[in-house]
Amino acid sequence: MRGLRKLTWVEAKLFLREPAAAFFTLLFPLVMLFIFGSIYGNEPTDYFDGHGAVDVSVPAYIAMIIATVGLLSITINIAVYRENGILRRYRATPLRPQAILAASVLVNLVMTFLGGLLLILAARAVYGLHFEGNAVGVLLAFLLSALSFFALGFVIASVSPTARVAQVLGMVLFYPMLFLSGATIPWQELPEWLRRFSEFLPLTHVVTLLQGLWFGEPFGDHLKEVAVLLGVLVVGVLITVETFRWE
Amino acid sequence: METAIVVEGLRKVYGEVVAVDGISFEVRRGEIFGMVGPNGAGKTTTIECIEGLRRPDGGTVTTLGLDPQRDGYELRERIGVQLQESALPNRIKVWEAVDMFASFYRRSVEWEPLLERLGLAEKRNTDFAKLSGGQKQRLFIALALINDPELVFLDELTTGLDPQARRAMWQLVFDIREQGKTVFLTTHFMEEAERLCDRVAIVDDGRIVALDSPEKLVRSLGAEKRVLFTVERAFDEAALRAVPGVTKVERNGERITVYGTGDRLVGGVVNALETGGVPFRDLRTEQPTLEDVFLALTGKQIRG
Repeated sequence: MRGLRKLTWVEAKLFLREPAAAFFTLLFPLVMLFIFGSIYGNEPTDYFDGHGAVDVSVPAYIAMIIATVGLLSITINIAVYRENGILRRYRATPLRPQAILAASVLVNLVMTFLGGLLLILAARAVYGLHFEGNAVGVLLAFLLSALSFFALGFVIASVSPTARVAQVLGMVLFYPMLFLSGATIPWQELPEWLRRFSEFLPLTHVVTLLQGLWFGEPFGDHLKEVAVLLGVLVVGVLITVETFRWE
Repeated sequence: METAIVVEGLRKVYGEVVAVDGISFEVRRGEIFGMVGPNGAGKTTTIECIEGLRRPDGGTVTTLGLDPQRDGYELRERIGVQLQESALPNRIKVWEAVDMFASFYRRSVEWEPLLERLGLAEKRNTDFAKLSGGQKQRLFIALALINDPELVFLDELTTGLDPQARRAMWQLVFDIREQGKTVFLTTHFMEEAERLCDRVAIVDDGRIVALDSPEKLVRSLGAEKRVLFTVERAFDEAALRAVPGVTKVERNGERITVYGTGDRLVGGVVNALETGGVPFRDLRTEQPTLEDVFLALTGKQIRG
């Protein structure tokens, strides 16, 4: 337990020392908020079913943070740890593999949460962000979404032969999702055929779920999203357990 | 318990390649035991089977009375490991690494004096990536000693280090043994094995071809010593051949090499030269080394 605690603490410090990871998780969402907030403001419009642009964007940007951490940070981190022999060194100690995975999930979960929290606080202070949902429900949806994307990240890291391949694979999955899931470009902007394609992207379901709960829709309206994300989580964990390599 | 490690008939195969082919040996408590041989001889595979990091395909391994596969976690509490290839996160600081690794064990030593002893005290706030090769190697030794282990594994400890850093490492290995710990090391430097080890196993192609103290290995070879000197004028080499123990005399311009055995070889050669009134200079002798033993046993030249 003491080992897990120290490892988690050190990993948290390492996360913040990595400029790219810290920037894209904690600061970049704020940059997005201020750029698009200053263009569109947060007046309720019919275009967003009576919500403001910022109100709609904040849960979408939280989905973006989840995808960034899951598909880029975790993937690259685990793949580099394996390729450089860091995992090998850990393995030569009594530290349990579960502790290494737990520390990674914990640190990344906290960082994702912090990224979302900063975004919410800034949106609230500057644009008077509206929240109409149940905080516990949104938090649960956030947890499910994050864990299922972290599992995806572990899968990519496990099946990639090298860190380089892991990075490329992560990006190949990340960028289409970023633009086609509604995380950055509102889905109202997409043509019908693209919208149908985006149904196949897990991130689309994160965006739909978070936005729905944000505006007070009950979980019952989003069983499909919950089922998809749970499926990704379970399958991802199973594949990771089967394919994870120390070296 | 007298023995630290017992290996019997250890075998490990990677696909078609037999990496370790039925190796058996014992390591006694408190000794520095070395495995020497060229790269690819099976040294690292053997050491990793003993540490429990690899599963043998055949044979049995007992380390500190434990089965490394079944009791892996318990074993790792009691051993210290320096791996041939490993790393730490680039931005982890030296003190964070030792402090964190200490927390992985039930029992650990204070890390401040440890860093002091390894000459890393001033580097405690330095990122891992900014350390030199020798400093990284010393940090890995610190990590291998942080749990006050009974048995320390050092795999290719000095590869990639300059001669000065290498000598400093040797002193560290002696210090570790001074503290009553058993040391198991691998190296492909014959000189290193000869200087450091109480006993040496020479491995080649996954097999042990010889195992004894370096002195006994060299003596068992019965190899000839060489006496080399320079003469300034021609003389009758028959006088040298008549010296007891001399087997051969070679002449290359002014350079003479006398081959022979026995403790009185040098005295006999010098005596013969003085008696014959032959002026000579730059006289030196060459003793056979582990390198010669390896060459004699395998027919191969090892490359450092």
